[in-house]
Amino acid sequence: MISHPSDDSPLTVNVIINGAPRDVASEITIAALLAELEVSQRHVAVEVNRQLVPRARHAEYQLREGDCLEVVTLVGGG
Amino acid sequence: MALATQQPDARLNDSLRIGTHTLASRLIVGTGKYASYEQMAEALALSGTDCITVAVRRERLVNAAGQNILDHIDTARYTLLPNTAGCFTAEDAVRVARLGREILSGLENPGADWVKLEVLGDAKTLLPDPVATLEATEQLVAEGFQVLCYTSDDPVAARRLKQAGATSVMPAGSPIGSGQGILNPNNIRICLEYLKQDDPDYPVIVDAGVGTASDVTVAMELGVDGVLLNTGIAHAADPLAMAVAMKSAIEAGRLAYQAGRIPKKLYATASSPEAGNIAAKPR
Repeated sequence: MISHPSDDSPLTVNVIINGAPRDVASEITIAALLAELEVSQRHVAVEVNRQLVPRARHAEYQLREGDCLEVVTLVGGG
Repeated sequence: MALATQQPDARLNDSLRIGTHTLASRLIVGTGKYASYEQMAEALALSGTDCITVAVRRERLVNAAGQNILDHIDTARYTLLPNTAGCFTAEDAVRVARLGREILSGLENPGADWVKLEVLGDAKTLLPDPVATLEATEQLVAEGFQVLCYTSDDPVAARRLKQAGATSVMPAGSPIGSGQGILNPNNIRICLEYLKQDDPDYPVIVDAGVGTASDVTVAMELGVDGVLLNTGIAHAADPLAMAVAMKSAIEAGRLAYQAGRIPKKLYATASSPEAGNIAAKPR
């Protein structure tokens, strides 16, 4: 077999988003993922592996295999 | 007459200060359980509140085009108070508080620096876990939050939360959503005594249990600084009418507290003069 440069970097990684597994492009950023999910960045906050990732870092933060994300918003409550 | 009619109105302008926040209304209203966002928005407006609490939950990614509560809230009119409702550990409550702050800071709403802390001990009673509430308070205060603590009406727990740095202690009148009103006014009185000793402006808010307008008035007459409620309006048969009733109730209770009620006596005291009475007295 001929070795290909992309072999050691898979095309997708599996992450957990709000409790559900999902394949996303490898090295996708949080900002790109939110765009793909059609989520308004203004309305949400994002945690990766139980740590808040501030909005200012969404464009640079790349997701890795097995990352566990929470994408939350405000809802009615008392 | 002018004095009698103007002065109470002027007293109603006394604002509620909680940490760095100043609220015009002493009623804080929750945003859950309404039949629709439209009904919620109308009820909030009718209640006269300028502070509303909101919860933090997973975005429904399957229906991203669906409505968001933020589309129905005028964030210039209301200070949002994010809450940690539904958390059962200090760790989760701290995570949720951080997430709420992150969302609020993006909205440029003044509510980004405070949180209504709720750490529950039990799903059936929704009573607070006092130990975990204290732990979460310490952590959030260290992170710069102004913490408004939902707690039971236990005066000792209330005092410990204040000592831990809580900006406001919010004893429950009765269990969340139960509509049982103020079950133990004496405990609320002792909470007030402990929390306001040498610190009369420390804000104490009754949070939870309000069933109807008189419950709000009873709480305010005890001398608490405000009332937080949700279900009492949202699940009333007519939420809009109840919102108006709650507005009147908070004003009535505050004024009555300021006015100073008469002491309770066992026997009657006639309101009409005895002198000049032509009727014979019973023996």
